[in-house]
Amino acid sequence: MKSLTLPFHFGEDNGDRSRQGVIMLVVLTLLLVVACLISLGSGPTGADLGHLWLYLTGRSAELAVQERVVLEAVRLPRTALGVLVGAGLGVSGAMMQGLFRNPLADPGIVGVTSGAALFAVAGIVLGSTVLAPVSLLLGSHFLPLMAFLGGLLNTWVLYLIATRDGETSTSKLILSGIAVGALSLAAMGLLIFMAYDRQLRDITFWNLGSLGGATFTRVISILPFVVVVTGIIPFVARGLDALILGDAAAFHMGIPVQRLKRLVILAVAAACGATVAVAGSIGFVGIVVPHLLRLVIGPSHRFLLPGSAIGGAALLLIADSVARTIVSPAELPIGIITALFGAPVFLMLLLGRKGGAGMGGL
Amino acid sequence: MIRAHSLTIERTGRRLIDTVSLTLRPGEVTVVIGPNGAGKSTLMKALSGEIALTAGHVRYDGIDVSLLDPRKLAACRAVLPQASELAFPFSALEIVRMGAVARGALDPAAEARRALARVGLAGFEGRPYPSLSGGEQQRVQFARALAQVPNPEEGGRPRALFLDEPTASLDLGHQISVLEIAAGFARGGGAVLAILHDLNLAAEFADQVVVLSRGKVVAEGPAADTLSDTVVADVYGIAGAVGRMPAAHIPFVLPQSRHRASL
Repeated sequence: MKSLTLPFHFGEDNGDRSRQGVIMLVVLTLLLVVACLISLGSGPTGADLGHLWLYLTGRSAELAVQERVVLEAVRLPRTALGVLVGAGLGVSGAMMQGLFRNPLADPGIVGVTSGAALFAVAGIVLGSTVLAPVSLLLGSHFLPLMAFLGGLLNTWVLYLIATRDGETSTSKLILSGIAVGALSLAAMGLLIFMAYDRQLRDITFWNLGSLGGATFTRVISILPFVVVVTGIIPFVARGLDALILGDAAAFHMGIPVQRLKRLVILAVAAACGATVAVAGSIGFVGIVVPHLLRLVIGPSHRFLLPGSAIGGAALLLIADSVARTIVSPAELPIGIITALFGAPVFLMLLLGRKGGAGMGGL
Repeated sequence: MIRAHSLTIERTGRRLIDTVSLTLRPGEVTVVIGPNGAGKSTLMKALSGEIALTAGHVRYDGIDVSLLDPRKLAACRAVLPQASELAFPFSALEIVRMGAVARGALDPAAEARRALARVGLAGFEGRPYPSLSGGEQQRVQFARALAQVPNPEEGGRPRALFLDEPTASLDLGHQISVLEIAAGFARGGGAVLAILHDLNLAAEFADQVVVLSRGKVVAEGPAADTLSDTVVADVYGIAGAVGRMPAAHIPFVLPQSRHRASL
């Protein structure tokens, strides 16, 4: 555990936490590898870590057909989907908090996820009628794109309401987030009212959140979104850091503020929309991971953003493994697990915010 | 050289800055004084390229400010804003480092350390910004501006420092040190624009004083000429306040109650 305790020392006198950042990224990557193995090796059916070992070392011929099918057709896509969804949730949370200069801003809490879910449901219900041509044209990317548009709409509306002269008011953000979220849910209710039975089953899934039913088609449908959003990290990290000092200060330091904000809003909506489209609304990952990271490596986005992506992926895989095994052979919705540890962290954050500075120590 | 010509700024029908012309020369400290609401900060925002002009123009070495992208502007000038709060606990070093990064420094952490030492905050690198006192926060921000333009001129091109009330929450000693650093920057060939409320500090450090009132320049020139009883009476409404130090001929201002003055 030496590598985990080390970072706390450096921060005291020297103020440069780049080293902690690098160490943290390495630690998180190792954690993600472990989480992948756990996710691949756990589940109600036969295949376990021993079988996985055989499979990974190229001796899949020694496996029974059933075990190989479970590994290839169930576990592998599910783990891949978990990595992408977790990374998307982590990054979108961290980016949104930077954009709003507020550690409480999370797509799930401020109604962006609801907007994405609303448009995804609209995609399901209207996809066979009004939007049929678009749906056919886009294929498996149709739902993620719809969810992206919904997330974009709500992020934009929120930004317009809660931000005046570059300053975001926390209470306005949270309250308008609740309003925007409620409005989205109401519209969703209307669509559900219109839906057929078969569509209803698809829709119920959005409210619970799950990695169940993962297929390689779904993995591929959100892959471009997550790749693009994680790909822009190096281009927005410096700007988001500067933005914490205020719009004016960021501009003085050479950041094209409006362009940066538009890019980040697009990225948040894309990451959020993509994850909602394939896994429903999974809460709190985007708030817990960045918060814990800030406690160790500080708020600099150079390390916070990649760390949130890797950490989010690891956390979601572990949560999913728990969800799959704890009541095996049945399966708990993953949203329950993430809420169980996420809600207390959220409360801690809320209570610790006295005078704007209470974010825990360095 | 930064030159503003008949600069006018209107917002919601009000004229905040009214046909102001001003030149920031390399090697000079220009101090803007004036009562609250005179438009001092607005003037600085216009000169730093932060807000759009209603009329007139601002030119950096002959190039219109609207043609320079934020990155190019950041290479020409750094700005010290008025006090601000942070939602995230950056360390002092991480704040100053941003200034060095904006400049494209090869080793931003080392330059940030140097800038912190210049403002007397060596040893404060690891302190969380929110835990610092108001004066220390202001000096960290000053260090950030210095890290962005560490040299008064580079390749024959002067750099500029814009300081919005740099002494606001500082003790007497640090007020002087901050302005001494600014004066040193000017002596090195840079241009300095500072907004000050303390007329005595203005008199001590300004090569050029610009008196702003209701968006208009009412007096301009060396402190000895601009800080007169008439100007102080016109702008601030207090009479008989300006004296002269016999030795250096530096004007000094001893504000007194209006009731006393009217006796």
